[in-house]
Amino acid sequence: MFLQPTPDTSGYMIAGYAIAFLTMALYVASLSMRSRNLNQDLTTLDEMDKSAPEKPGVAKTVTKKDG
Amino acid sequence: MQDKPVALKVLDIVSIILLGVSTYLALVFAPTELVMGDVQRVFYFHIGTAWTALLGFILAAVFSIIFLIFSRDLKWDRYQVAAIEVSLVFFFITIVLGSIWARPAWNTWWTWDPRLTTAAITELIYIAYFMLRQGIDDPDRRARFGAVYALVGGISAPITFFAIRLFRTIHPVVIGGSNAEAEGGFAMTADMRVAFFFALFTFTVIFIDLYWNRIRLGDLQEKVEQLKLKVTL
Repeated sequence: MFLQPTPDTSGYMIAGYAIAFLTMALYVASLSMRSRNLNQDLTTLDEMDKSAPEKPGVAKTVTKKDG
Repeated sequence: MQDKPVALKVLDIVSIILLGVSTYLALVFAPTELVMGDVQRVFYFHIGTAWTALLGFILAAVFSIIFLIFSRDLKWDRYQVAAIEVSLVFFFITIVLGSIWARPAWNTWWTWDPRLTTAAITELIYIAYFMLRQGIDDPDRRARFGAVYALVGGISAPITFFAIRLFRTIHPVVIGGSNAEAEGGFAMTADMRVAFFFALFTFTVIFIDLYWNRIRLGDLQEKVEQLKLKVTL
């Protein structure tokens, strides 16, 4: 008889879920972008490594390490 | 970079589906709480993200112990960074959702209650963790300092969890207890419990998925660093 009506707090709920989804989406996008950038770096460095003339000092060390 | 393993691709898809189902359960399936109204529905994601975030911080502390005591392999450092980064994102969501819920329930966005204070301190501790790492160039030194910091920082996770059980606080204890001073507490119905436990499960799976993806990113970063050294030598 004296029960108060349930307040309309749906705006807060929508804001909460929107922020939660937005934060997760931004994080996934950040992971994806960082991964893409690193893959580009890896490709460039791979090409540089292959095109660079072999350095005698470095080669010697590697041979020695390999036994 | 190596292609994503099939298991991870499946986990990505499963995570998206679970998130959709969990959202449906929270927004549609669970009944509206009579006193607070629809804003109570943020509770499902609030607890889901909090649970995984605190678990991640503890996981990072465990990796710190392994790194400092058992093995100086830098892979433990990468596992630790990944756990903290994902947890930081989840804990940010927890805090924001809590603040949004507090506005209609407590009539304020923020109050320096023990639970809110310990949660804010925990978040700041781990933001500072990344700032500390940025300032150290040597990978071994960075890993060592990071491990010690994450180990000490890990103490804040259980303190935050138990704050509402140890101190006088207005934050409600919905699971496993009650709090006389709490404002905005409620008893869960059977349908609410379904939405709640499903949200816990969903965020655990999402955490594992994001964590695995973040570890792969760390491995790739390591590979690039190694190649950079090789090319510049």
